Parts: sequence; C-alpha cells; structure tokens
Amino acid sequence: MVLPYIFFYLFSAIVIASALMVIASRNPVHSVLFLILAFVNAAGIFMLAGAEFLALILIVVYVGAVAVLFLFVVMMLDVDFAEFRSGMLQYMPIGALIGIVLLLELLLVAGTAYLAPEGAGSGVLPIAGGIENTRALGQILYTRYIYLFQACGLVLLVAMIGAIVLTLRHKPGVKRQDIAKQVARGKSGLEIVKVESGKGL
Amino acid sequence: MDWIVYALDYLLGVPILGWGTMVGFIWKALLLLVSLLLFTAYILLADRKIWAAVQIRRGPNVVGAFGLLQSFADLLKFALKEPVIPAGADKAVFLLAPLVTVLLALSAWAVVPVSEGWALADINVGILYIFAISSLSVYGVIMGGWSSNSKYPFLGALRSAAQMVSYEVSIGFVIVTVLLCVGSLNLTDIVIAQQEMGLAHMLGVPWLSFLNWFWLPLFPMFIVFFISALAETNRPPFDLPEAESELVAGFMVEYGSTPYMMFMLGEYVSIILMCGLTTILFLGGWDAPIDLPPFTWIPGVVWFVIKLCAAFFMFALVKAVVPRYRYDQLMRLGWKVFLPLSLFMVVAVAFVLQLTGWGWHGGM
Repeated sequence: MVLPYIFFYLFSAIVIASALMVIASRNPVHSVLFLILAFVNAAGIFMLAGAEFLALILIVVYVGAVAVLFLFVVMMLDVDFAEFRSGMLQYMPIGALIGIVLLLELLLVAGTAYLAPEGAGSGVLPIAGGIENTRALGQILYTRYIYLFQACGLVLLVAMIGAIVLTLRHKPGVKRQDIAKQVARGKSGLEIVKVESGKGL
Repeated sequence: MDWIVYALDYLLGVPILGWGTMVGFIWKALLLLVSLLLFTAYILLADRKIWAAVQIRRGPNVVGAFGLLQSFADLLKFALKEPVIPAGADKAVFLLAPLVTVLLALSAWAVVPVSEGWALADINVGILYIFAISSLSVYGVIMGGWSSNSKYPFLGALRSAAQMVSYEVSIGFVIVTVLLCVGSLNLTDIVIAQQEMGLAHMLGVPWLSFLNWFWLPLFPMFIVFFISALAETNRPPFDLPEAESELVAGFMVEYGSTPYMMFMLGEYVSIILMCGLTTILFLGGWDAPIDLPPFTWIPGVVWFVIKLCAAFFMFALVKAVVPRYRYDQLMRLGWKVFLPLSLFMVVAVAFVLQLTGWGWHGGM
C-alpha cells in the first residue's frame, strides 16, 4: 500500500513546518497554536505506526490538558518582545550547546542501524499477533514495570502536592464559603411562614 | 497502480451502479453528516420548545406548522447576514475558531455506533477517540475568546478553559469505570457487553434487558457523567463561558452571522454527541429495553435515537429549571465532589470486579 506513505509524508511535513512556525512566529499565542498542530500531527504519525493508544493519549494529555494550560498562561502574560530579544546574544552560546547535543542524540538514534546493527531491531518488535495495542501496553506496564509505573505516579503526586502547597494561602480576615457548614445549619435562624393569598405578612 | 483502484473503490464505490465492490466511505460519511445536521435542526427546535413549555410560552410557532421550519429560517438568516470582523481581532484565529468548534464536534461522530455495525469507523479505541476529540473542543472557545481582542470574550475564554479541563477529569474517570466493566475501548463492545451480562442475567430474567444496562450498577457514575456532560458542553447551569447576565455572550460577543451559526451548530452537535455517549455507556445503545417481540421488531437505530432524545430532554429540562452556578461553586463541584467520588468509584468497581470475577470477558 502506498497510502500510508503518502499520509506519513503529509503528517511529517506538517509537523516539521508547524514546529518551524513555533519558533518563527512573532505572536506567542500563534506559537502555541502551531505547537498544538504539531502535536496533533505527531499523533497522526503514531496512529500510522499502529500505536493508536499512544496517539490518542498524546492528544488527550498534551493537547487537551497541557497545551490548554500553556495557552492559558501565554494569553494572560504581557510579554515585551523587544526586551526579550535584547538579551538574546547573551544566551546564544548555551542555547547553541543544547541544540547541538540534541541534534547529535537525534542523529545517533537515527543512525542506530549503522552504528549498532544488533540493537537496531529490538526497539521495534511487533506486538504478538491478535493482541490490541492498549491491552499489550497494559499487560507490560502493570506487570513487569509496575514498580517504575508506581514510582512515576508518586513523582507526579509529589509535584502536584508541591504546587498546591506553594500556592495555597489562607488570608486572615477573608470570608470563605463553607458549604458543609451551611448545609449543616438546617433551619436554625430561619422561619417558614405560611402566607395566605391576597394578604401580606 | 492497484492501490489507486482500491482507494477509489474505498472512497467512492457505488456497488449498485457497478462501480467497485463496496459502498464508498464518502457516501456513508455524507449520509451521516446530512442526517446529523437535520437532526440537529430539530433538536434545536425541541430545545426551544421545551424551554418555552416550562415557562408556559409557545416557543417558535410561526415558520411552518408548529414552527417546524424555524431552524431552517434561522440558518438562512445567519447565512445571509454580513460577517463582521472587529478591527482589532486576529483575523485568521478569529475565523478559525468557529471552524475548529464545528469540525471537531462533527468528526467525533465518526466512531459512534448508531446501530450494530453502523459505526462509520469501528476502531479499537473508539471511546478514547471521542474523549480526545471532546478534549480538543475547548480550543474553539479559547481561540474565539482570545482573538476577539475584547474583554468579555477573553473572560469567557478563560472561564471555559478552566471549566472544560476540570470536568474532563471526572468524565475520564466515569469512562474508566465503564471500561473496567467491559474490558474494551470499542464502543460496539461496550453496547454488546450490556446485552450479554448484567443484573437481569444475574436475576434470571434476561429479557428485562433495561436492568442489564450500566445505569443501574454504576448509578452514581451515571449522574456524575450527566452533570459533567452539561459542564463539558457549556450547557446551563454551567454556561459560564457565555453567561449573558455578566459577560453579554462570553466568547461569542464579537461573532455574528455564519461564524456565530457555526459556534451554535458545533455546540449543539457536541451536546447530541454527549447524549449519544450517555446512551452508549449507560443506556445500552441500540438495545431494546425489553427483549421480547414487539420491542425487538423495532430496529436498533430507532431505539438509539429514542434514548438519545430522552437524554436530550433531560438536558433541555435542566436548562429550563436550574439557575446558573457561581464560578467558584462550579470549580468546587468539579474538583472537590466529582473528582474524589469518581476516583473512589474507579477503585471500588475495580475491587468488586477483581473479587467476584464479574465483568465482560467476550470481545477481542
């Protein structure tokens, strides 16, 4: 079939183009929107590779939640870009260094077939026949990697609690609504009056 | 060049005329689209009629008999008006926002099994696909609100971003409890599981199939799902993104004519989708409520539509009788009530299923 190839090149072209636009566009909100486009098309590539669960989780988690918060913050910030650019040369060397390291790593991954032919196949073993993607992931994640999986969960939990602790403050003297208290109050301090029609109280 | 022939057949085939061997995908998609849009037109009318009936009004009753053509008159009116784009708006994003809303709402319908084998794409991860698409629908609102470059739309967009993301969490957990019982992410499997197992089978009265459906064993989650669906689709009492009394019309303030109509259309299509999802997850999809002859003669798609309409009737009634929530109460309900409750239910359901060995073991 040629169709998957056509779609593969379509998706990858859009991913690369929108990734370029993320750094090229002047408006930060446009950057985030292009980032979202890149995510969605990356999900399309996952889908073509047969990793349907990963594809949709990528959309749910990254596009549906993370990128929304990202957009939320970027929309609210009033970023002065002239000021931003003035410091650009200062950070250029470290940025370039990180970029080069990333590029080398990517090249290493892409060149595995030549550098270490014996290890190249191990990463892309097909799933045993008849088992769908989601089930296969679950079977390996909740058995062999259960401790690592739990550890990931703990890390996220700690991060979440940390964020709440950092931002939660109770200012003294501010009235707060305590719904349980209101419900528990019952009818005390409240009088129910039967009013005849045509008459006032 | 075999693949071109195959692809053309797959897309455009018309077996009756001797073109290809299967009914083309495009024709099926068109049929679904047209019937969905027609259905939306009448759901919109029903919404207004129900609202009117609660307030002892007549509702739209001028265009056509009983106002039956009102939605089409509205369509013409919107389409013929001049679209106004504010000078300060970000034009591309401004026009993209309603498009995103309506396309996402429509595309989610691709995996919905209206009757057995009637899903346009019966994919393995159907429910996850719908969840992913509905989590994307927040972008229409945010983009519309931001690109209008005006304060009320922006406030509406900020509210919706927080609201829709919060209620997605509880919807996700509700879906997980259903999936635990079914053991498959396929929407067709979810419905078949409700036919093949459940309370009615346990009680020895398998023909009372409405007892089989998940609304009974997972009752609290049915309620949580219904309320979260209201919040997810920005329906009253959770219509804070557009709250007329505070934000004029929220994220839609600057929209008029066709773009506005697309927002409305997207909103109603996603409401119908949520009703359809309620039907599939909790009300047995296309399954007849009593598995005996007069009921089983009626085709599945009719049952599906009846159940969908019943779910929508509840949506419409809630809109008519419940006052709008305050924003902090909305957030409290989502994070402090629904999240712990649904999280607890996930653990409890998993516990019960593991102990008793209940649950569906068919399918893949």
